[in-house]
Amino acid sequence: MSINIQMPALSPTMEEGTLAKWLVKEGDKVVSGDLLAEIETDKATMEFEAVDEGTIGKIMVAEGSQGVKVGTVIAVLIVDGEDAGAGPASQAEDPVPKAKAEPLETAPAPQAEPAPKADPVPARAQGDRIKASPLARRLADAKGIDLGSIAGSGPKGRIVKSDLEGAKEGVAKPATAPSAAAAKPAAAAAKPASAPVASAGQDFGIPHEAVKLSGMRKTIARRLTESKQQVPHIYLTVDIRLDRLLKLREELNAALTARGVKLSVNDLLIKALGVALMQVPECNVQFAGDTLLKFQRADISVAVSIPGGLITPIIPGADSQSVAAISIAMKDLAARAKDGKLKPDEYQGGTASLSNMGMFGIKQFEAVINPPQAMIMAIGAGEQRPYVVDGALQIATIMSATGSFDHRAIDGADGAKLMAAFKQLVENPLAMLT
Amino acid sequence: MADTYDLIVLGSGPGGYVAAIRAAQLGLKTAIVERESLGGICLNWGCIPTKALLRSAEIFHYMKHAKDYGLAADKISADISAVVQRSRGVAKQLNQGVTGLMKKNKITVHMGQGKLTAPGKLTVTGDGKAEELTAKHIIIATGARARDLPKLKADGKRVWTYRHAMTPPEMPTKLLVIGSGAIGIEFASFYNDMGADVTVVEMLDRIVPVEDADVSAFLEKAVKKQGMTVLTGAKIEAIAAGDSSVTATIKDKTGKAIEAEYSHVIVAIGIVPNVENLGLEDVGVEPDKRFHIKTDEYGRTNVDGIWAIGDVTAPPWLAHKASHEGVIVAEAIAQALGNGDVHPHPMDPNNIPGCTYCHPQIASVGLTEAKAKEAGYEVKVGMFPFIGNGKAIALGEQEGFTKTVFDAKTGELLGAHMIGAEVTEMIQGFTIGKTIETTEAELMHTVFPHPTISESMHESVLAAYGRALHI
Repeated sequence: MSINIQMPALSPTMEEGTLAKWLVKEGDKVVSGDLLAEIETDKATMEFEAVDEGTIGKIMVAEGSQGVKVGTVIAVLIVDGEDAGAGPASQAEDPVPKAKAEPLETAPAPQAEPAPKADPVPARAQGDRIKASPLARRLADAKGIDLGSIAGSGPKGRIVKSDLEGAKEGVAKPATAPSAAAAKPAAAAAKPASAPVASAGQDFGIPHEAVKLSGMRKTIARRLTESKQQVPHIYLTVDIRLDRLLKLREELNAALTARGVKLSVNDLLIKALGVALMQVPECNVQFAGDTLLKFQRADISVAVSIPGGLITPIIPGADSQSVAAISIAMKDLAARAKDGKLKPDEYQGGTASLSNMGMFGIKQFEAVINPPQAMIMAIGAGEQRPYVVDGALQIATIMSATGSFDHRAIDGADGAKLMAAFKQLVENPLAMLT
Repeated sequence: MADTYDLIVLGSGPGGYVAAIRAAQLGLKTAIVERESLGGICLNWGCIPTKALLRSAEIFHYMKHAKDYGLAADKISADISAVVQRSRGVAKQLNQGVTGLMKKNKITVHMGQGKLTAPGKLTVTGDGKAEELTAKHIIIATGARARDLPKLKADGKRVWTYRHAMTPPEMPTKLLVIGSGAIGIEFASFYNDMGADVTVVEMLDRIVPVEDADVSAFLEKAVKKQGMTVLTGAKIEAIAAGDSSVTATIKDKTGKAIEAEYSHVIVAIGIVPNVENLGLEDVGVEPDKRFHIKTDEYGRTNVDGIWAIGDVTAPPWLAHKASHEGVIVAEAIAQALGNGDVHPHPMDPNNIPGCTYCHPQIASVGLTEAKAKEAGYEVKVGMFPFIGNGKAIALGEQEGFTKTVFDAKTGELLGAHMIGAEVTEMIQGFTIGKTIETTEAELMHTVFPHPTISESMHESVLAAYGRALHI
């Protein structure tokens, strides 16, 4: 008997992935729990384990294959009692009928409607089906337009041809693209559903290297475009005096050395943002089409720069965790993020984000909201600046913090309240530790 | 005190009565004003009664060709008055159907001639009485009538419009049909099948000139084979009606003048919109150069609260276009009155099918090959003749074809053109495809039932991409 091993859905929204690496080869014996392959999704690389015991009869999808749909048979496992040697040849035909029958049963699970409670979606969130006519899909594909960024004018918001006429094309397309696309309907249909944000650019004859976009880069491009096109941003900046927080950090670190914990300024800012959001719940929200979700916990997504992009691991309940716990969790998450080993539930979700570019000497910046969240706090460098205290000019350590808010969900005055609360907490840090 | 409504529809044809029903469904207090018969021209004097006539002609045609099917029918004859009587019966049945629909939907019917006196106000004059009605919105759905020849007015004796042709006082022996659009060619077909000697005169260089050129050429060949005389690129130089005949001088495309005498003439050279005596000029509604009422894509005229649909507006002048406009306008009005649940979407004129019930039938939707090229498309064209279709052969109806036109660059279905048996029942397949913006890929992927003539639709798509199976 043989079992088809299918492309797993490693997260609720995963539709396809890259088969980055096979960790087994044909003929290898595996037992439950053995690592079979590394699968790269849009955000992370994950290890895929064997469930059943047997021998790898045939590898159906080659290493490095991109856009492998969830449910695709990637290998055939021959269960004991069969001659492994006879496997690949005699089993070669088996996967075909199996492949037809099994995905039908197993595929719907990951693709089923995201549970309404767990993953409330705004008008159109990631993983939501995009309603578009076949022609609109084909045109978007040919022109490199991201359908997710288009508002449909057809019945129930369906995207139709005319909606694409005014849409910004993904720069000029190669002259051969349209006819090639028309000539290869099959190839077009087989293409991954996640359309690239832009097609090939114009090089103007300048010597260059064309680097294929990684899954993560495509996701970043798509989501940030979506955010800037669909979310009306407002930006509110405050200057915050850091001296007390720095002093407190020194004292805490001295006390925590024994436990091997070293707090960073960022760890304290994560805590401060979490507490501030609980103090100003009007900003701990999400715009969801015709409803507003008001969260009762502040989960902070923290932007972490990693090779080839950026990922936002989450500190859940940052308002109620101790700073030491935040610090320990952050170190672990950042380290695993850099290795691409985060699990989807460690970076999907979050009620607001924090992005700190202080270490790069950036004085102040405005961050792009990470949809479907409604706010992100952008932290600049703490630096000594002339500062007026009680009518006298002094030198103080100051950082500028800028909140970006989804104006559909958050009014300016409420945003200002959050900025004030955040400032108050950072300038009087003892308050948030108690 | 004048009766007050949310909506009054002026005219109860397929545009007007459908608009009224949709409005009533949406909870609007609705009235309809009709000066003649509920159902308008379509139901009483147009689409439906002609289909009844043509059905008789078709059966007569089969009887004459019984031998082809191994059957015998001797001494067959046609009784024109019985044929017409059946057609009138059909019209009456449907007219009563509309009366019932109005009742069911609680739509008040006011019989009489309606005239706008101010925006939101109109008087209805009928039976010598006049009543005042007011409404928040008014839809003009008064339709159109046949256009007369400049020098010869149709009188129903020797010179007919479609309306006279539908209830002929006698069977024409030698018939001249002026104009080869849908109405002209349908009556030419009917009287030809019924045994008259028919001549069709068309000013343009081909008959059914709005159809694809391949369809025109095919139809011309087919009707000539049936014994019809077809003169294209021809002009009526002189025409005069006497008591027992009509004399006409026709200049054919070579410039030669043909003088001939006909028992009857059917004038089918187009329509004029019914815009007179409606008070339009008093309330400021502007017609275009040909007196059709100008509207936007939701049927709004230039005057707030006054809307227009159907033949009284821009072409195409087809019953189903009027009905669909009726729905859109009713929804737009409901929305204007505060209903947030309706979302009217404008209609794309390229997605309105056209059907002509001549023999063989014609059905089409979208751009012709020539129009597509004119619009700058690089096209892929597929053609599949019925002779390659098993069902058509079994029916003895191998005369016809299906033609599809695609945008070579995107695979968009631009147009579909069919001629032959039952094509009017099949064109909706392509219309659905166009409405949902299908490409060749979905059409190729569709399983068409066997054995049906509709398989020719599939084959023509395959043919456009060099993949036809049965040719």
